[in-house]
Amino acid sequence: MRSGRRRHSRENAATSDWAGRYREYDLVKEFTIALVVVSLLTGVLALVFSSPDIKQVTISTWSHADPNDFTATAATELDGTSGTATYGAPYTHTPGAAQAIGSVSLQHIAGVTHPIDTVTDFVVGPLDQVPGDPALTTALTTWKAAPAAQQQTWATAYDNALQNAPSNDPAKVATGSYGPVPVMLGSLLTLARTGGLDGDLLLHGGFFQTDYTQPLLFIADGAYLANQADAEHLGGEQWGMMNETGSYPGQAWLWLYTFWYQVKPFSTSGNGDALVWVVMAILSLGLVLVPFIPGLRSIPRVIPVHRLIWRTYYRGFPAAQPDIHPARPER
Amino acid sequence: MTTPSVGSNWTAKLRNRALGTFPPDQLLPDKQPIYVASWIYVFGVLTITAFLVVLVSGGLLAVEGPQWWHGSSAGHFVNSLHLWSVELFMAFMVIHLWGKFWMAAWRGRRVLTWITGAICFLTSIGTAFTGYLVQSNFDSQFISTQAKDGLNSVGIGAYFNVLNFGQMLLWHIVLLPLVIGLFTVVHVLQVRRRGVVPPFERDPRDTDTDADADVDAGVLG
Repeated sequence: MRSGRRRHSRENAATSDWAGRYREYDLVKEFTIALVVVSLLTGVLALVFSSPDIKQVTISTWSHADPNDFTATAATELDGTSGTATYGAPYTHTPGAAQAIGSVSLQHIAGVTHPIDTVTDFVVGPLDQVPGDPALTTALTTWKAAPAAQQQTWATAYDNALQNAPSNDPAKVATGSYGPVPVMLGSLLTLARTGGLDGDLLLHGGFFQTDYTQPLLFIADGAYLANQADAEHLGGEQWGMMNETGSYPGQAWLWLYTFWYQVKPFSTSGNGDALVWVVMAILSLGLVLVPFIPGLRSIPRVIPVHRLIWRTYYRGFPAAQPDIHPARPER
Repeated sequence: MTTPSVGSNWTAKLRNRALGTFPPDQLLPDKQPIYVASWIYVFGVLTITAFLVVLVSGGLLAVEGPQWWHGSSAGHFVNSLHLWSVELFMAFMVIHLWGKFWMAAWRGRRVLTWITGAICFLTSIGTAFTGYLVQSNFDSQFISTQAKDGLNSVGIGAYFNVLNFGQMLLWHIVLLPLVIGLFTVVHVLQVRRRGVVPPFERDPRDTDTDADADVDAGVLG
């Protein structure tokens, strides 16, 4: 056990209370002036530069602005090839989809906490809510009566045909055996244009909603949102994570996190996100623990920026003299 | 009824401990060591005052609700105040952080001061990030759909769902500011307790001795 006296002695050696001169310093005055200056500066910046507010994309606006992209995306939700359908945890149980660090997949370990079945949640479920459409009712009956393999065959065939159609236009899809899929996706487009799908995709079906997981995932599966983002320099290759819409500073403090996504192996690895997070976690821990890291903690001594910070003080104590200070004044 | 003797009950012990650790003239001193004479020292108080402006402007947004600023010019102005105060807050804090790094401000049993400051910085990044998520506009839509991949890749997204507006709003306006506020208080109290770190001595042998002594002496004490 360390004795109190010994510890106290070591603490004093480390702490070395300042025994030199003091000067008047009005903390309250400094705080007050700083508060006034910062408040005024904030007000001026807000008046001059305002803040960006670009309207959100809804499924309704998307389906009006780019109906072909909407239908093509819905087709991938139905045949299970969309980004969400193949995502893995926390949305689906897709084998091998989770990112890993070496042999450890924290994504997989955390599990599927927001389960999503894109066929039911994004397509069939919302269509079930549409009243008074005999053609759709027949199509849904046919779909539900068919074996899963037949459903997959229809959906895959239509998705492929849609991708090969000029401009992914459903009206120009080659003739084929697609079962009820064209009718279903046509009705989904109609539903989306009315705005009904925006509400249907909100979780739990309750009146009060704050969870936009499903509609956001559906929108993000399409190309429309990403195209709009690229136009606003928000894309991943545009250092978009630290940008915001318009010509605003954005989250400049995310520059290091964004940087890793621009360089290999992070930019090309299938586990890029996990690798970037590990690197940033290590660096963040390093920042917190700088005082304990030999070499890193010595940098301020080796590179004497402190001579600039304390230049007034050092001028008062020429190098030839030891740093001995006059007696401590009254406080 | 027996009257407890002075200093024998919990309240008295807490008061004595607080006064012993933070005597009034140390908690709110009107003098500073002669070396506290540089513009870099201003950035600590600038960070705190910017944080207060962030809290007030964010509080005004909270009073009217998260959708207010989309349809009101006054609300838009308050949102602009919030945005620019955050930009100033982060800028001041980064300058403060770099200044303290070059001073090696963890010397002299000031490691806890450094650690709490670094935690404030990292938590502020998370708070600002959640702020971008709850703007409820195109920016927050795209940022959330992109950010989910990083968080999901390490399992955080399973419980911290950036696509859940309600969850992010509460993190942004309650939990994370509370963490920043608490660590800021501890940080400032540590500065008052340990004082402002003095300049490096001129002895060339003075290399890592302070840092080693910090560790040996129990830096968190």
